[in-house]
Amino acid sequence: MASTGAGKVTDLSAYRAVLASRMRAQASYRASFALDLGSSLLVGVVELAEIAVLYTSVHGIGGLDLAAILLVFGLADLSFSLADMAFGHCDDLPTLIRAGTIDVFYLRPQPLLAQLVTSDISLRRIARGGVGLVVLVIALAINDVPWSPAAVLLLVLALLSGLVTFGSLFVTAAGCQFFLVNGAEMTNAFVYGGRYGATQPASVWGRPLVVLFGFFFPMAFTAYLPVVTLLGLPGLDGLPTWLGWCAPVAALWAVVLAALAWRVGVRHYQGAGG
Amino acid sequence: MSSVSMDGPIIETHGLRRTFTVRDGLRRRTVVAVEGLDLRIEPGEAVGYIGANGAGKSTTIKMLTGILVPTAGEVRTCGLRPVPDRRRLARHVGVVFGQRSQLWWDLPTEESFELLAAIHRLSPDDARSRRSELVERLELDEFLTTPVRQLSLGQRMRAEVAAALLHRPRLVILDEPTIGLDVLSKQRLREFLVTERHEHGTTLLLTTHDMGDVERLCDRVVLVDRGSVAFEGTLAGLSRTVGADRVLTVDLAEPVPDLGTVATLPGVRHQGHEGHGLRHRFAFDAEQTTVVALLAALSAHAEVRDLAIEEPDVEDVVRRVYAARR
Repeated sequence: MASTGAGKVTDLSAYRAVLASRMRAQASYRASFALDLGSSLLVGVVELAEIAVLYTSVHGIGGLDLAAILLVFGLADLSFSLADMAFGHCDDLPTLIRAGTIDVFYLRPQPLLAQLVTSDISLRRIARGGVGLVVLVIALAINDVPWSPAAVLLLVLALLSGLVTFGSLFVTAAGCQFFLVNGAEMTNAFVYGGRYGATQPASVWGRPLVVLFGFFFPMAFTAYLPVVTLLGLPGLDGLPTWLGWCAPVAALWAVVLAALAWRVGVRHYQGAGG
Repeated sequence: MSSVSMDGPIIETHGLRRTFTVRDGLRRRTVVAVEGLDLRIEPGEAVGYIGANGAGKSTTIKMLTGILVPTAGEVRTCGLRPVPDRRRLARHVGVVFGQRSQLWWDLPTEESFELLAAIHRLSPDDARSRRSELVERLELDEFLTTPVRQLSLGQRMRAEVAAALLHRPRLVILDEPTIGLDVLSKQRLREFLVTERHEHGTTLLLTTHDMGDVERLCDRVVLVDRGSVAFEGTLAGLSRTVGADRVLTVDLAEPVPDLGTVATLPGVRHQGHEGHGLRHRFAFDAEQTTVVALLAALSAHAEVRDLAIEEPDVEDVVRRVYAARR
């Protein structure tokens, strides 16, 4: 098709139009939006407090002190919140399937996943991301960070890869929803469990957990491993300290996993669902 | 988009089959929803796709629009293969689901139209002219700024139809479009569809339980039973297959007890009389004898004061077709 180039541009404007209208709709219910923001902020603060309490009473869990774990928490929470804002509503897929509204997506001339992802944006997660950002900035100030261009690059890579990894996790879960229409609880356990895992040092996990949340769902690469690399800490047993640089590779793997899960899910829906 | 075939049938299926696997406790069971379906619909036709619940109507629509993959058989919609060509096909097909909305429930109605115009990449001029055409024809202006969730069912269905037709689809599929609507709303919607088809040559495929829809809108019906075509032809033809005739009731000026001779006309049966011969009922096959011929024959025997013609009840016809096939 000769119009592909121009078509891409106007296609983007369609997604933009939908997203803009979603934002306006959320902002128009002011009281409810404010409440959402508030509760989202509260959840972020409570989780932070939990970590702070744990690490002030016990020193050096998994080779990390309070300052280092704050860095892990800030990094993971910021990238998760941004991913949650952009991809979090993929959780609604079971509702769309049950109500049959997913069929409406099939009747529009765009890829299904692109439509699902751009069908909404959860602005209230900004509050959560704000907590992550503040913690990250504080943690960077109180840690003994050996600043260099490489250190900055590592942090940026970790943040971006974290965003992609968590986004992929949401999509992977959505792909599985095509099979488990009532399985939202199970996939949520992976998504939110994965997020929780990402804010912890992977060195305290048992081997099965390391394999599952460290490598298969590469949560350890979103924050813990980059922090280990950045601060030059002893990392996972028998694994090199520079593993944190592999965050983009882990993100790529997460994308592959998500694409696979989504594809299989859609095939299953078209093949068996309805 | 020139490669989309503009001639040839707009819908064509051969031996289309679709099964579902359902879990029955621990055992798995295969349920056949559509079995060996052969359909051919030409551009500009209006076809009523009728049948009982579970006859395979929705499954067929999903296969025609690329939502479901056929288990076997072939399907072409607008000359395209629905599943692999889904995104291209979406530009030529508009679907109205009576039971599921494609509008954004928390946005004003007009904003849904703007989003759909962007989604279908309509040029601003095209979008504007089409939108005002639909707003006028479907009388949407009174609630354009109302959020969709506050619309009445009748208003919402009109908005849904406008949303599905905004991109000027060549084929419009309506799945139970008048379900739950009051008489006036049904009437308006049918009138709109007749005009739309007349002006733009749009092909209509309609599933419905409301035979009024079929009578007013469709020139052909396809009756499905257990996933395959049980009858295909005109509504009158459908009635004939089970011997459901039109009925003429006449009131006479003077009682005439014996009008039996009129019944010798081809396809006419005298069903009886009331009031000592003041009122007579004749069942007749419209293909063999016209009302005019019947009346002419009657007036040779008596003076006709009043008359009424009853159409066969299609629901009853469908029931009889089903019963005959069991």
